[in-house]
Formats: sequence, structure tokens, C-alpha cells
Amino acid sequence: MANFTPVSAAIGGALIGLSSVLLMLFTGRIAGIAGITAGLFGSRTDDRAWRLAFLAGLIAAPLAAGLIGHAVARPQLPPSMIVIAVAGLLVGFGTRLGNGCTSGHGICGIARLSPRSIAATLVFMAAAVIVVALTRHVFGG
Amino acid sequence: MPVIASLICGFIFGSGLVISGMVQTAKVLGFLDLLAIPSGNWDPSLVVVMAAGLAVTGIGYAVIRPRAPIFTAQSHWPLGREIDRPLLTGAALFGIGWGLVGLCPGPAIADLATGSPGVVVFVVAMAVGMAVNDVWRLRGRANRCGRIGRRWLRAGSGLVGRALKRRTVLQTEPAENERGRTKAGE
Repeated sequence: MANFTPVSAAIGGALIGLSSVLLMLFTGRIAGIAGITAGLFGSRTDDRAWRLAFLAGLIAAPLAAGLIGHAVARPQLPPSMIVIAVAGLLVGFGTRLGNGCTSGHGICGIARLSPRSIAATLVFMAAAVIVVALTRHVFGG
Repeated sequence: MPVIASLICGFIFGSGLVISGMVQTAKVLGFLDLLAIPSGNWDPSLVVVMAAGLAVTGIGYAVIRPRAPIFTAQSHWPLGREIDRPLLTGAALFGIGWGLVGLCPGPAIADLATGSPGVVVFVVAMAVGMAVNDVWRLRGRANRCGRIGRRWLRAGSGLVGRALKRRTVLQTEPAENERGRTKAGE
């Protein structure tokens, strides 16, 4: 387990938890990124401001890390833009249909012991594990 | 005030993603690659991220649950409890997309800061996928309305057809009678 970084993972995870708790305490909202993003396309214009603000803060964090000398490297992505676009479509469509993503179900939902979120998290984890097994070990080199 | 609070919360969330390394697809895929366990290359960091996040959120939510939010009128706690087909289908589709690239919505949006063209493509596609789902749901509702409308139309045309038939029977015109019946039968 040469790549395991438990300390930074624990600090980062605690910050994600802190953000979820504070967002609920201040604005009464669940910190689910898919839900926050999708709400921008809804017909309600009166609750767009807080959503945009949250996402702006989310993008500001890696920028701030760059300013203090810890620039975030570009993530490694598949070479094919088609694969990237298909994955993006699946993530967008799937998180709307299933009402949540890693943060909404995986953190906020399981923290409330919601049976829906526990089921959804098990399913998307299992699906992702199978896809990675196939792309890395069956089809990939 | 709620907007400034959201901005700060977003920043804390993004900092958590940056510090934990979850903005890197390699780290996320390193966790999802369970077949790498035997070779010792598996990266369980995501488990620690989730465990720490759940511990803080679980305790925090339990403490603040009874109170109203500070800057808005009411809390939006999700109420659904039913494990239904859309939930499971949606989660499966999301998992497939997540496994293909290693990006879920939070890190994808945070990674826009790196200026990676691939991330831009991913986020645009994600937004399209969300919009497609919303349109699809609306159309489902429109179809249901359409079905009810058609039923009323059928009932209405049946009444008209019967009225026509009665009149044509009175007028004893076989051709009209025939047309009236086919209409009523539709």
C-alpha cells in the first residue's frame, strides 16, 4: 500500500464533513454537489445564488492552494474525449436519477443513516469497482 | 449572509478534496481498483476520507438536527426512505461513469481550477446529462397527462359517435350509421 496517505485523507475527510455540517447549520441545505449543481438548471431562480457561491468556493480552493505554492496538478484522464464525455453524461444523468452522488449519498446521507443513501452508495461503489476492474485488468494493459 | 456562508462552506469542502488528494483521479481509481490488493498497490485513502467525513457529519448533524438554520427559514432534510428503481438505476449509471474516468461531481468542479480541457468536457457533459434527466422527467409527466387526455378524447368521441349513430338510425341512412359506428369503436 505504497500510495496510502491516511493522515491527509483523514484531515481532508474531516474538512468535507465540517463543510456539510456548516452548510446545514447556516443554510439548511445538504452538501450534495450533484444536487447543488443540478438546482442551477431548475426553474427556481431565487435559490441560484447560494448554489453558485458554493461552487465558486469549491473552485477557489485549488486556486488558493496554487497561490500558497501547492498547485493542484491536472488530473490524469483517459486519452479519448469521447470516453470522458460519455462518463460525464452518465455521471450527470445518473446522479439526477438517483438523487445524489458521493457527497450527497456517501457522506450526508449515510451520516443520517438513510437507507436510500446506504443502498445507493453500495450500488455506485460496486458499479465503479466493476468498471475499473474491467478497464484496468480485462481490456486495459 | 446565506450566500457568503455557502461560499465559505464550498471553500472548506474544496480544501478537503485538495488536502485528501481526491481531486486526483489516480487516487480515486487507486481505491476503486480492488484487484490491486494482492499486488499491494491498492490505495485505501478514500475509505479514510469517507470515515472521517462520516464521523464529523454524523456527530454534527445529530447536534444541529433539532435547530432551525441560522440564515434561512427552514432546513431541507431529505425525507425519502423508499429504495426504488430510479435510485438504484441512477446509482449504477453514476458508478459506471465514475469508474470510467475517476471523477465524481465535487472533484470534477474543483478540478476546473486546473484548466484541464478534459475536465471542462466532463463538466459540460455532466451538466448536459443532468438537464437531459430533468427534461426526460418532465416529458414523462407530459406523457402521463397525454394518456389521460387521450382517454377523455376517446370517451368524448365515443359519445359523439353514439349520438351520430342514434341520429342516423333515426334518419335511416346506412352509410352515416356505418361511419358513426367505426368512430365510436375507435
